[in-house]
Amino acid sequence: MTTKQLCVALLSTTILGSAAMAEDVTLTIESWRNDDLTLWQDTIIPAFEAANPGIKVKFTPSAPAEYNAVLNSKLDAGSAGDLITCRPFDASLALYEAGHLADLSDLGGMANFSAVAKSAWQSDDASASFCVPMASVIHGFIYNKEAFAEVGVEVPTTEAEFFAALDAIKQDGNYIPMAMGTNDQWEAATMGYNNIGPNYWKGEEGRLALIAGEQKLTDAQWVAPYATLARWGSYLGDGYEAQTYPDSQNIFTLGRAAIYPAGSWEITGFNAQADFEMGAFKPPVQNAGDECYISDHTDIAMGLNAASPNAAAARVFLDWMGTAEFASIYANALPGFFSLSSHDVAMEDPLAQEFVSWRGACNSTIRSTYQILSRGTPNLENDTWGASVAAIKGTETPEALGAELQEGLASWYAPHM
Amino acid sequence: MNGKRIKWHIVVFLAPAVLVYTAIMIFPLFNTLRLALYSEVDQVRVFTGLDNFRTLFGDPRWSESFWNALGNNFWFFLIHMLVQNPIGILLAAILSHPRLRFAALYRSAIFVPTILSFVIIGFAWKLILSPIWGIAPDMLDAIGLKFLYAPWLGKEEYALTTLALVSVWQFVGIPMMLIYAALLSIPEEVLEAGEIDGITGAAAFWKIKLPLILPSIGIISILTFVGNFNAFDLIYAAQGALAGPDFSTDILGTFMYRTFFGFQLQLGDPHMGSAIAAAMFGIILIGVCLYLFGIQTRMRRYQF
Repeated sequence: MTTKQLCVALLSTTILGSAAMAEDVTLTIESWRNDDLTLWQDTIIPAFEAANPGIKVKFTPSAPAEYNAVLNSKLDAGSAGDLITCRPFDASLALYEAGHLADLSDLGGMANFSAVAKSAWQSDDASASFCVPMASVIHGFIYNKEAFAEVGVEVPTTEAEFFAALDAIKQDGNYIPMAMGTNDQWEAATMGYNNIGPNYWKGEEGRLALIAGEQKLTDAQWVAPYATLARWGSYLGDGYEAQTYPDSQNIFTLGRAAIYPAGSWEITGFNAQADFEMGAFKPPVQNAGDECYISDHTDIAMGLNAASPNAAAARVFLDWMGTAEFASIYANALPGFFSLSSHDVAMEDPLAQEFVSWRGACNSTIRSTYQILSRGTPNLENDTWGASVAAIKGTETPEALGAELQEGLASWYAPHM
Repeated sequence: MNGKRIKWHIVVFLAPAVLVYTAIMIFPLFNTLRLALYSEVDQVRVFTGLDNFRTLFGDPRWSESFWNALGNNFWFFLIHMLVQNPIGILLAAILSHPRLRFAALYRSAIFVPTILSFVIIGFAWKLILSPIWGIAPDMLDAIGLKFLYAPWLGKEEYALTTLALVSVWQFVGIPMMLIYAALLSIPEEVLEAGEIDGITGAAAFWKIKLPLILPSIGIISILTFVGNFNAFDLIYAAQGALAGPDFSTDILGTFMYRTFFGFQLQLGDPHMGSAIAAAMFGIILIGVCLYLFGIQTRMRRYQF
């Protein structure tokens, strides 16, 4: 083909392409939730498109671990989609401050969310909201009901009962007591440290005191969870050091492990994979009767790419996300992602109901490292991953880990200097 | 007059290569070096001179990560030099044996992993070595050596060596092919002359062939050096950007990637990332120069 022919061919495709564009506005959604692809394609998008003819929506997720890097590059290059799925706190705040996310404070649908729900996607003075909150995830433990019945252990409510149950399962030998690995590192921090931790640092009370500089990571309530994690090591499967996150999921859903330290986002996948009955229990408290705290983490929201050529259509979509219709579709299609809206959403999944029932019995908090404290270098969240792994493997003492993290935080965060 | 005429055809023939190379290699390289001298303050890019390098080498947190990555990189390189290249030479020597049957089959089979994607290699080896689904524990069990098995990729002390050996497995075909070609180019007469003097078999390899393929070994060493210090893909595919466990497999490439693009809650810092890239460039440049001026120029060449 000569250059001339090539040029003609290229030009004609752009003309044809833009002609097709004129009929419908197509909105593209950037997301890290590649697990939800079918849900968006089969349920959410058809429901929206039926109500809003003329707007087409495309869901184009990337791998969770790469999402932030990929998104930042795309936004800088101007090739990102119209709608941006927002990580909570600083990652999205930075995008807003860099002018990549539009201010959505005036969006009608925003009225359906509480101040707490919006807090993860607001400027520090709460004057501007830039993402529509979608869902939170709750941490706890999912267990294999059949395994518990077979071994004859009860659902634990205190830490002593928890370790007694693990001992009994280990003794029995038919099941790996707990399915978790340290290869990917984040599970140890997210499903370990930040799962059991709130009971030690009393949820919001400790988290806010840490941000204010009144508590330190070397204090007993921040070090003790590492000491507890250190005891987990002997209950994980052989070779847990090289066990990845999907490995752990598979071990549990294949029925080879009894307990899975979980986030509620696992529910959908586990319901599809596991053919045994599952239950959930909240992080055990230290002494019977103690007040309980759970990590009810604002996790996911949706914002508008400030450079989007289809802003008007995108706002229609975001507005729709604030309706009861969306909340109901989303919460029921994705049990385990609990709606943050003030609509009363009825859920059918028993496991999801179990998780969400803890909101009534316990105090909710969010992950300790997410707000403000991971703004600098070294990054407290990433350091917590490494520290939690080291605690489980027993390569460092809990006190040493606390001291290291505190030193890192104090190196850049003024209230701790 | 004639001597001064511009030879346009040379310009025309060189242009495509020069333009493409400048656009996709030289310009980005110098732009990266330039970016390393800037920093971002309140969304504005400001010139800060060598501040990024001062942070990188002066701040104990940054410098610790940097020296850790550099040390790991040297270990990665050392394993390749000690394992990959000797095995490559050995395989080439065996392959060039005139009475070896199925030589072409072996040659292709050993070379095939080289053309596979890093992602496939990383994923396949992760599965092979997995303590849960892997065949490595079962294979060791079958020969009664189960006690030797450890979750290698998850242990700080083994992970980097394991990955280096996976990389050796993948790339051993390259030194093999280059040495094989060099061995084939040694004329029969030289070997026959040696035979008349009583030098045969292993002695012929050590005394005649090896000195003649030394220039090729030099080239392979420098290719290994550049390849290893630019390595990134395999570590990223197998261990992720955090290069776990506890940064024991972190090399300059993954350190640079993490800094440049950010990771999880850590936001990317293109300027510090560029500073690390510039340091990598410097290290590779020094290594290549040492080779070119220290070794290459002294190497003796033989004309047949």
